[in-house]
Amino acid sequence: MSRNAQNDHLTRLEQTSIHVFREAFANFRSVCMPWSMGKDSNVLIWLARKAFCGKIPFPLLHIDTTYEFPEMYEFREKAKAIHGIDLIVRVNEDAIRRGIGYATHDPVTVTHELKTVPFKAAIDEFKWDALVTGIRRDEDPTRAKERWFSPRSAEGVWDYKDQPPEFWGQFASVAPEGGHVRVQPLLEWTELDIWEYIRRENIPNPTLYFARDGKRFRSLGCHPITHPVDSPASNIDEVIEELKLTKVSERAGRAQDHVGRNSMQELRAKGFM
Amino acid sequence: MSTSSLPSPAAAQAAAQAAAEDQRKMHVVVVGHVDHGKSTFVGRLLNDTDSLPNGKIEQVRKNCAAEGMEFEYAFLLDALIEEQEQNITIDTTRIFFRTTQRAYAIIDAPGHKEFLKNMVTGAASASAALLLIDAKEGVMDQSRRHAFLLSLLGVKQLVVLVNKMDLVQHSQETYEKIRTEYTAFLKSLGLNAVHFIPIAAKHGENIVNRSAKMAWWTGPTVTEALDTFKHEDDLTGLPLRLPVSDIYRFDHRRIVAGRVEAGAIRPGDDLIFQPGGRRSTVRTFEDWPGPESRSVVGTGGSASVTLSEQIFVERGQVASHPSNQPRVGREFRARIFWLGKEPLVPKKTYKLRLLTQNVEAVIARIEKITDASTLESIQADSVPRDSICEVVVRTTHPVAFDLHHECAITGRFALEEAGRIHGGGIILDARKEQSAREGKVTAAERGARSGHAPAVLWFTGLSGSGKSTIAELVERRLFDAGRQVFRVDGDDLRTALNRDLGFSAADRAESVRRASAVAGLFANAGHISLVTLIAPLAADRAKARAALSNHAFIEVFVDAPLDVCEQRDVKGLYAKARRGEIAEFTGISSPYEAPESPEVHIRTDKLTTDQAVDLVLDALDKVLRSKAEDWEV
Repeated sequence: MSRNAQNDHLTRLEQTSIHVFREAFANFRSVCMPWSMGKDSNVLIWLARKAFCGKIPFPLLHIDTTYEFPEMYEFREKAKAIHGIDLIVRVNEDAIRRGIGYATHDPVTVTHELKTVPFKAAIDEFKWDALVTGIRRDEDPTRAKERWFSPRSAEGVWDYKDQPPEFWGQFASVAPEGGHVRVQPLLEWTELDIWEYIRRENIPNPTLYFARDGKRFRSLGCHPITHPVDSPASNIDEVIEELKLTKVSERAGRAQDHVGRNSMQELRAKGFM
Repeated sequence: MSTSSLPSPAAAQAAAQAAAEDQRKMHVVVVGHVDHGKSTFVGRLLNDTDSLPNGKIEQVRKNCAAEGMEFEYAFLLDALIEEQEQNITIDTTRIFFRTTQRAYAIIDAPGHKEFLKNMVTGAASASAALLLIDAKEGVMDQSRRHAFLLSLLGVKQLVVLVNKMDLVQHSQETYEKIRTEYTAFLKSLGLNAVHFIPIAAKHGENIVNRSAKMAWWTGPTVTEALDTFKHEDDLTGLPLRLPVSDIYRFDHRRIVAGRVEAGAIRPGDDLIFQPGGRRSTVRTFEDWPGPESRSVVGTGGSASVTLSEQIFVERGQVASHPSNQPRVGREFRARIFWLGKEPLVPKKTYKLRLLTQNVEAVIARIEKITDASTLESIQADSVPRDSICEVVVRTTHPVAFDLHHECAITGRFALEEAGRIHGGGIILDARKEQSAREGKVTAAERGARSGHAPAVLWFTGLSGSGKSTIAELVERRLFDAGRQVFRVDGDDLRTALNRDLGFSAADRAESVRRASAVAGLFANAGHISLVTLIAPLAADRAKARAALSNHAFIEVFVDAPLDVCEQRDVKGLYAKARRGEIAEFTGISSPYEAPESPEVHIRTDKLTTDQAVDLVLDALDKVLRSKAEDWEV
């Protein structure tokens, strides 16, 4: 792909995301980027390196639930070296000592204890006022209501009923007292955009996304509650072709989304991404 | 005629272009009065274009059944519990769908009055708008208000959907009535709807499929109309506008980062950064991952620029080519839409954000407030929430901008208070002299910077009458109110400038002349100067007034009876004068000619100090208001 082809769809998305990254870095005192090691997260790393001319000028945060697929831990070390990442890793040791786990608890509880709780603790510890997330509007209806810059209160609560207006490239530039702002450079991307961009830019990703024995992961989370979907797509071209035709929702394999009618919304109101 | 199946080269090119166009999503906003069926329309559109994920509709039907509710297409979008309970959409929902022609991102903007800010958020990022009007209810407040905002936000492509035609027996007459009424309204805003399409969203009539019940309608369906929309204009042909987002010094490089908002930039280009006016040349683009960088960055592209010279550049400045620069100024007329809970008030300080510039600004004057639903003028001192006004905006520091009709993206701004955006505006015009800020600094420019006209307050009265006491309090009040103010005190002058002068009539005249000259200098510098001087002779004071005639001049007679002053005798001067130790002491051994018609007459035996201060400030305020017109736009 020509580096001068600026009007194609992916380049427009890329350039807008870069702008969002730069505005965030210029506006906030202390920025952090949570990193799930999933495809969206890896695209974010790539975009951040483009935005800042090679070097990401803020730390990344991995909340390790201890339930990651083994391949993900390998990928973490590899990607860390490739991208020169300043990585902070946090585990909720206390919850693990208390025996919180998928064998004994429901997914919403475990997600809360092993993801949201240590995530909030890290925010308290480092006092970040901006967090870059890989949220896309096409993922889930609640995410469709997100803004590029989305303020969260000190309790991490998203006041979606009273969001600031956002227009003409002007974003909410001040974090609420004690809270932070979620910066969401991938808001306008779709799952297909992500994969087409990964292919175009050759961005490193875990191979779990590609089919083995007729199954592949479309979205990656904790291994006990993340299930592969039926798919013959064993390489990136096949994944893209499959996505152009599929009508199965991306997070269909993520159990915590489907416990109750509004489980995703409940998780998010409590501070889940 | 050829029957060959091979396309001609021109056709192949057109097909390739169409394919490229298809890659770009068209952003469409859906607006209209509350309950005129926006969510239902979007739900139906998704369904009829086959854009819903598998199982979505079944899931929503199941949820409805579980709660004992009748299924509605609107529920597909109203994903949050609260919305379903209130039956209104609360925020801009962005949904993707595609027609046979191309992909769309549709924004289901809400119509509820309280959520205008959300509608603005949605509409500001849209290339085109669909505005729904309930055929049965007709044109309502929000139908008009939304159109007004669309015109302000610059959304030019508009299709009006006359919805719920099923509730009016698909009557062409009803449709025509709404079309005529609303067309006239749109015209008054300078808007023109491409089509008025009669639909029944609930039943999917004229959305994708033509309605058999409206055979009289020969125009396009909604998707056919959508496919005729064009993407927003490419601004690459405009003059370069590159606002500086940041300066990166992560390694040995010093990179100017920013997004090209209009025009294009290339290595070797000469640049000027405004405000400030420093110049340099583009040395390189520092694109990662390399090894090559782009040869040109066009509109919408993020640029990483190194410069040939190490000039001072900071966030907020706008880089342009020297031959075609933005305006630089501190004052312009603007049309503003205000969404803040608190009204927009003059003289209060707001943050003005224009591209990456962030400066303090005040509304210097409200010229017109318009009710966005009726287009009628409102008489008020402040701009209430959800209304539109024309104002003069003045900033504390110079900003680089264009007029909105010259370059929309650099001709609009947001107003922020406490970190939250409360309104936006477009720049209508600016004073001419601002585009060419060269040569002598004018009094008007100084006045614009102080935020007020200069003035001289001349306090006269006997020694001990309270001139300095009142003047100090007036100075404090003015200073705290952000005015440029300075006190020229007669006693202070005597210790330095007037050290060579005594108390003879000639020396007193000279002392008054010097004091008026000093006060004049401060006024020339844009200050309000407060002179406190006994100046006992009417002729001397008349000369001072004449010398300062190009400024607002207010004579304040601090009138305290001699016996009261003598009784106070703060400095012990009266006692000395009585003992004959001071010759020619005003009131004792030298005359005091009381002013015959001072602008302010303070009878200190009848007024409290606070009342006296208020009297002076009121008089000053009146004069400044009358002077303001001289240098405002």
